[in-house]
Amino acid sequence: MCTVCGCGDGEVRIEGKGDGHQHGHAHIHEHAHDHHHHHDGHDGHHHHHHDHSYDHGAHHYGEGPAGTSVPGMSQTRLIQLEQDILSKNNTYAAKNRRFFADRGILALNLVSSPGSGKTTLLVKTIEMLAGRLKPYVIEGDQQTSADADRIRATGAPAIQVNTGKGCHLDGHMVGHALEHLAPADGSVVFIENVGNLVCPAAFDLGEAHKVAILSVTEGEDKPLKYPDMFAASDLVLLNKTDLLPHLDFDVEAAITNARKVNPAIKVLQVSARTGEGMPGWCAWIEAARAMQLAGHPAGAAAE
Amino acid sequence: MHEMSICESILGLLRDQAQAQDFSKVERVCLEIGPLSGVEIEALKFGFDVVMRDTLADGARLEIIETPGTAWCMPCGQSVAIEERFDACPLCGSHQLQVTGGEELRIKELEVN
Repeated sequence: MCTVCGCGDGEVRIEGKGDGHQHGHAHIHEHAHDHHHHHDGHDGHHHHHHDHSYDHGAHHYGEGPAGTSVPGMSQTRLIQLEQDILSKNNTYAAKNRRFFADRGILALNLVSSPGSGKTTLLVKTIEMLAGRLKPYVIEGDQQTSADADRIRATGAPAIQVNTGKGCHLDGHMVGHALEHLAPADGSVVFIENVGNLVCPAAFDLGEAHKVAILSVTEGEDKPLKYPDMFAASDLVLLNKTDLLPHLDFDVEAAITNARKVNPAIKVLQVSARTGEGMPGWCAWIEAARAMQLAGHPAGAAAE
Repeated sequence: MHEMSICESILGLLRDQAQAQDFSKVERVCLEIGPLSGVEIEALKFGFDVVMRDTLADGARLEIIETPGTAWCMPCGQSVAIEERFDACPLCGSHQLQVTGGEELRIKELEVN
C-alpha cells in the first residue's frame, strides 16, 4: 500500500516501478504535491519541491463520499456485501426460535396448497390432543379471520395474521403474533401458513419442523412440481385418505416423489374427517414435543 | 411468487447499508442466485425495477451471477452437478443426494454513490 495516499497497490499501476517509487501513480495525486526528486549527484542532497496545488483553494479532490479521487473513476464506491437477502427474516426467525427454546415450546409450521384441509386437520388434532398438551394457533391468511374463529371454537387460543397482499408468513409477523398469543411454557404452537406451496418454503419462522400437508385430491406429482417445499419439510401428511377409493391417486408414487426431493422425509397417511391415521400424527407431535422439552425445566415439571 | 418480497428485502438491506456506510444512491446491485434458491430470475428482474422505483436504488443496474447446483451423492461418495432438487445422480441414478450448492440468494456487491 502506498503510505502517502493509502491507495492499494492492487489497483495501482506504478509507471517505472523500480525507479524509486516516484509517486508517479498518475491517478491519485491530483490532491498532491508535484514531487520533483532532484538527485544532485555531487552533494547527495535530495531536493524535494512540493508544489501543493490545494494551496490555491479551488481543488478539493477528497470531498466525495470515497474521500479520494481517481481520474477515470467516479466517486462511486464498490461495497462487497456477501449478505444473504433473507438475512433479516432469518434474524427474526432466530429470535422466535430462541423464544420457543427458552420456554420449551414446540412450534410447527403447517404448509400446503389452499384446500388441502389444513384447518380441519388442525381442529381435529387439537380435539384429539385435548388434555395431553396445551395448543396455541397462529393462523395465516391473506384475508378474513374465519380460520382463527374455527380454531377458537375448539377452545384453543388462536390469533389471525392477515398478510394482505402477502403470500406467506414471515419471521417478523410471527414474532408479533407471539407477543399477543403469549403461549405457556411447554405448550405447542401450530402455525398455519398461508395456503401456498411456493413462497412459505423460503421463509423460516423459527419453527422446529415444517409439516407439508398434501391431500389425495391433488396430484401425486406435487412434490416434484413444488420441490422447495418438500425439501424444507420434515413430515408430509397425506390427507383425505378416506377419499382414496374414489380417486386414481397413487400413494406409492406420491411417497416416491417426495423422497426424490427429500430422502429423509417422513410420510403419514391421515384422514382428518374419519380420524384414520390421526393417532400416528398425534404420536409424532408428542415425540417432537418430547425432543423440544428434553433438558428444559418445563419438561422436568411434566414428568 | 415471492420475488416481490425478495426485492423488498433487498431494498431493506440497501437502506440499512446506506445508513451504515453513508451513501445515498445505488448504481448497481450484484446478486448471487442459485438454481435451488426458489427464485425465478426473470420475475426477480421485473420486480426489482418496480420495487426500486423512487428509492435510493431507482434505475440501479441489476446484475445476477447464477451459481451452479451441486450435491453430494452418498452412493458415489462424490460431488455431482444437479439442476433441480429431484434430479437423480448423473453418475449412478440414485436420489440419495445432499444439496451442497445452488441455494445462494445473496447480495454480493453494490456500486454506490
